[in-house]
Amino acid sequence: MTAPGFAERPRIPAGRVFLALFRRDALVAGKELPFFLLRVTLQPLLFVLVFGYLLPRMGFVQPGYTSALLPGILAISLAFASLQSVALPMVADFGWTREIEDRLLAPVPISLVAFEKVVAGVVQGVIAALVVLPIARLMMGPIAGLDIRGWGWLVGITLLAATTFSTFGLLLGTIIEPAQIGLMFGFIVAPMIFFGCAYYPWQGLDAVPVMKYAVLVNPLVYVSEGMRAAITPSLPHMPIWLVTFALLALSGLFWRLGMRTFTRRAIG
Amino acid sequence: MPTAIRTERLRKVYPPPSGRRRPLGPPVLAGEGGGPPAAGEVVALDALDFEVQAGEFVGLLGPNGAGKTTTIGVLTTRIRPTAGTASVAGADVLADPVGVKQRIGVVPQRPNPDRALTALENLLFHAEYFGLDRRTAGQRARDLMQRLGLGSRGDARADQLSGGQLQRLMIARALVHEPDVLFLDEPTVGLDPQARLALWDILRDLHAHGRTIVMTTHYMEEADQLSDRVAIVDRGRLLAFDTPSALKARAPGGTAIELHLDGDAGPTLDQAGALPGILRAEAAGDVLRVFAERGGDVIPALLRVAETQGRGIRDIRLFPPSLETLFISLTGRTIE
Repeated sequence: MTAPGFAERPRIPAGRVFLALFRRDALVAGKELPFFLLRVTLQPLLFVLVFGYLLPRMGFVQPGYTSALLPGILAISLAFASLQSVALPMVADFGWTREIEDRLLAPVPISLVAFEKVVAGVVQGVIAALVVLPIARLMMGPIAGLDIRGWGWLVGITLLAATTFSTFGLLLGTIIEPAQIGLMFGFIVAPMIFFGCAYYPWQGLDAVPVMKYAVLVNPLVYVSEGMRAAITPSLPHMPIWLVTFALLALSGLFWRLGMRTFTRRAIG
Repeated sequence: MPTAIRTERLRKVYPPPSGRRRPLGPPVLAGEGGGPPAAGEVVALDALDFEVQAGEFVGLLGPNGAGKTTTIGVLTTRIRPTAGTASVAGADVLADPVGVKQRIGVVPQRPNPDRALTALENLLFHAEYFGLDRRTAGQRARDLMQRLGLGSRGDARADQLSGGQLQRLMIARALVHEPDVLFLDEPTVGLDPQARLALWDILRDLHAHGRTIVMTTHYMEEADQLSDRVAIVDRGRLLAFDTPSALKARAPGGTAIELHLDGDAGPTLDQAGALPGILRAEAAGDVLRVFAERGGDVIPALLRVAETQGRGIRDIRLFPPSLETLFISLTGRTIE
């Protein structure tokens, strides 16, 4: 393959390039850590403050409500930390700054660059969940039914959920133009949160059967229900096999669609 | 001498703009070489054949939208050609993009540093993306920053650098992994004259050390001063490719004079062409263009010709013998 006159160049191991890409994202995330924590924890914790602390004390919600709320709050923190950490920089990168180009020129297939972004998104989602869990638990006080016996399930659901939303971030980050970024929050994130079974268990929607099946298109539903299955197993929740299957299928779907749009944005 | 770059019948057609996806640069509508384009399609490259030898400094010269950036985009694997082949240092851009990327350094048209990192970190991480160990990366990064006059700016964030410094950082980044071929896309646009000359010195130095360099520009002087060979491109096609002196010798001779009239230039053409000292005359719209041995001598006569045809003069422009006069004679228009 090499033309005469040019020195032979051994291929650079992809794993090594991946680590360099990951170290870059870790360094940048470290520099922005206070903002990152504020971004991913403020909204869930405000919600906990109102619905998990104030309203129960006022007697507007039943004391047991916190059991339904905690897994949902975790789901929101985890999902949107992953989503935003991938999507937001990517919208700017492809829309305006073109900063990602130096990484697209790295001597690896561009899919590795996208894959690294997804992995970095997963890690940030997990960190967000780890930060929010103890704070939320402290603010809400004792929570009936909290029983993290299935640590394996908790870790598995957490990773799967973060992967789903990280790949979803890849897709959104490559189809949204910078000017539409406000729309992303208004038309995608907000409805997802409200119809994501985060603030109420899915089974509660028995009261409105149409809603119960309509919300199944929302990936957050599976994250919330998966969290319920993992940390409040004695309370009503979707079967864990269904949650696992749904999250796996969604991750695969978002990765495929996201890679297609990523490639289209990266290569003219 | 080995071939650094080779393209054969390279063609790039952009689909009709759908409002969301837009082509790079404003290419022109034209449909030759590969059949007529469908409605709304934009032909950015039209059967480009092009070869660069190792160690050469080649200037790609043409107006905005000529296809220069698309050419660089294809050669750097960032734009997928519609047809034809292209290879860099023996690696095919479609079959082996990773092999190409490993061998090239790219300085983009608009500086795109990693703004979350400092200047030095930009170089260190880029080196690591190319598999360098941290010690070597650190050494090379510091050497380059020293050589390019960025020695004291290592800890600066990218947005704290001046335009010239930023451009030199982009060059340092493109060199830190010691590529075989360096691509620069309009590297001096937006630089003040002093920074531009400093950049020229850097490029001359790199070339003197044997680096293969391909640079796009729409500045005649820049292509003339720096390049071993200049490729003149317009509307996606290679019009001429030779040394600057050979190209200048090919120019129709003399100074190009453009008279911008207040009406159709057609009626003035015959009389103007018959004037003594005029080598060639052409009319395009309101513009009468002549090539003359000595520009100053024929202007009064040209003015009289315009007057007898009842045309007023809006503007007079002179182009001394140069790549620009060649460009005008090849394309019928000025480059900028």
